[in-house]
Amino acid sequence: MTLVSGWGRFPVVDTDLRRPRSLAAVGEAIAGLAGAVARGNGRAYGDAAIGAARTVAMTGFDRVRSFDPATGRIRLEAGLLLSDLIDTFGPRGFLPFVVPGTQFVSIGGAIAADVHGKNHHCEGGFGRYVDSILLRTGQGEVIEASREQNSDAFFATVGGMGLTGVILEATMRLRPVETGWIRERVISASDLDAAMRALEASDSATYSVAWIDCAARGRDLGRSLIYLGEHARADELAGGAGAFPAGRNPALAVPVDLPSMTLNRYSIRAFNELYCRMGARRSGGNHVVSLYPYFFPLDSIADWNRIYGRRGFLQHQCVIPEQGARDVLGDILGRVARRGDASFLAVLKKLGQGDGILSFPLPGYTLALDFPVKGDILKFLDEIDRLVVAAGGRLYLAKDARQSRATFEAGYPALSRFNAIRKSLDPAGNIRSKLSQRLFDEV
Amino acid sequence: MTSRKTVLVLGGSSDIGRATARAFAKAGYDVALAGRDVAVLEPDAADLRARYNVEVGIHQFDVLDTASFDGFVGALPALPDVVISIVGLLGAQESAQEDLAHATTIMRSNYEGPSLILGLFAEKFLARGNGTIVGVSSVAGDRGRASNYVYGSAKAGFSAFLSGLRARASRGGVHVVTVKPGFVRTKMTEGMKLIGPLTVEAPVVGDAILQAVEKKTDIVYVSGKWRLVMLIIKTLPEAIFKKLKF
Repeated sequence: MTLVSGWGRFPVVDTDLRRPRSLAAVGEAIAGLAGAVARGNGRAYGDAAIGAARTVAMTGFDRVRSFDPATGRIRLEAGLLLSDLIDTFGPRGFLPFVVPGTQFVSIGGAIAADVHGKNHHCEGGFGRYVDSILLRTGQGEVIEASREQNSDAFFATVGGMGLTGVILEATMRLRPVETGWIRERVISASDLDAAMRALEASDSATYSVAWIDCAARGRDLGRSLIYLGEHARADELAGGAGAFPAGRNPALAVPVDLPSMTLNRYSIRAFNELYCRMGARRSGGNHVVSLYPYFFPLDSIADWNRIYGRRGFLQHQCVIPEQGARDVLGDILGRVARRGDASFLAVLKKLGQGDGILSFPLPGYTLALDFPVKGDILKFLDEIDRLVVAAGGRLYLAKDARQSRATFEAGYPALSRFNAIRKSLDPAGNIRSKLSQRLFDEV
Repeated sequence: MTSRKTVLVLGGSSDIGRATARAFAKAGYDVALAGRDVAVLEPDAADLRARYNVEVGIHQFDVLDTASFDGFVGALPALPDVVISIVGLLGAQESAQEDLAHATTIMRSNYEGPSLILGLFAEKFLARGNGTIVGVSSVAGDRGRASNYVYGSAKAGFSAFLSGLRARASRGGVHVVTVKPGFVRTKMTEGMKLIGPLTVEAPVVGDAILQAVEKKTDIVYVSGKWRLVMLIIKTLPEAIFKKLKF
């Protein structure tokens, strides 16, 4: 048995961790035992990639099966990491259409969570660029699922949190790019209204995201920096810059768990103040930045999850439908600011329609907040959840470790359709995760 | 693209073999993968072609079948520029203490086979006047320890072979690299208790081998910490060392 957790390091679960290297070994790991789920690179924050009894690590499956440079179509094994994909195909002029906030996710994980990026408002989520999925279902069949063939299985697998079976391979489309650089524009917003107006006004920007200073209160509530981005053309690069920036190893690492008192309202406020001033200095004109810091700012600090201490942290990411989002977001941010122990930064961005049956995105605003696990945080987050549910919103399963069934069921009205498809693919219930036990499975 | 250099990876389906092949293909080398089971090599060959647009060939090679070595080398479409042996067998020390057949397999897989095949390539390279030979040995060969001396002694023999070959071949324009990876998280070490700060992932070893070939390094400890650890282990007086259980 092995102690395993998600990126938030809460909860920590003793699991039978397997590392299959062949399809047959994947089958063995799943069959004959009710309760296994596939795990990619462990970047889901909570309990999504921990099996009810057994966890099947897929990172050994990291091969590219084929690539067509004429069309950008690529067939990949599911354990391959986005970082690998970017490092390998970026220099050849191709990038994923959608990248989440970290490049250290597997392809299988990105499909299972239907991850979104800073372009969801105009280009959709990861699943939109997946043409087909090779799936080993819970009952042991290996099927190819696409929009045309086994389409129920396809739309249940995109965003299905690994509960339809083990994703073995996928065919997807890559985006042709001239360079690996991003033309960035930073807008400084003095409060929440200004931030939302700026996001609204930047609907046509390919990439947009707001970083909110969570410590700002009163009339500064929602003070933020909005980062807009476009893929830079070759003729926009400064002389001497190569078409593709050097990939970087993390420049910094957090070598040990910091004592949880390191993060307190004073240190957080000081950090945010500094961050906002630095960003404000960059605001205004266009800058060309490497894709790595633009898309993955936290990846430059290895193991940054350790700053929250041994007990781990919770990320709360909700989406609120556009109508009425301003008031609910203001309410949430106000409560968070009064508490004073939220993360360095909150992330706010616009989302569009999701693709999978259980995909998280819906047209509206998503807000992500980090909290160290301590005190009455669970109770506090339940209060926030009530605001989210009342507004017709929902929580992101890839980040979740603690929402209630009631919150989940209220947020995902298509759940019964998902459950029916899941049942048809896995009648015996071989695929079960800690997350599914908590939110999906009959008890 | 005949002007490209070619690397031959013996033990191409191992985790370090796959990572090494990727590092060289990324640097623009055409690749020949050799292993016992060619069917297993096929997906890795396809991976290299798709990723790096290089030529990849696959070849059957069994390190225990020394009689086939001459034929193996002769059947290659061209003599490679670089040959890397990643072949090895950790085995199980406790069974090797009683089971002579198992001990023999460990010794032959880690010493006899790799030394003979690299020696054969060395002769061809010397006749040509250039080439690089890489042997992946082990820190376990630096001093025989109670917990793995069958494996360790075979690796010690291999390291000594490489050392002598290097001294001789360097005068003929052929470079020999000895690689001592330390703990690597791979199929071979799965289930072993590895010490985190002394453990690396396979791609780190692949990159280190590429760098050693290009910079003509003689002996590579993939993690510099291992050089220090093994220096301490090597200098402990035998009277103390024999009381240690590790």
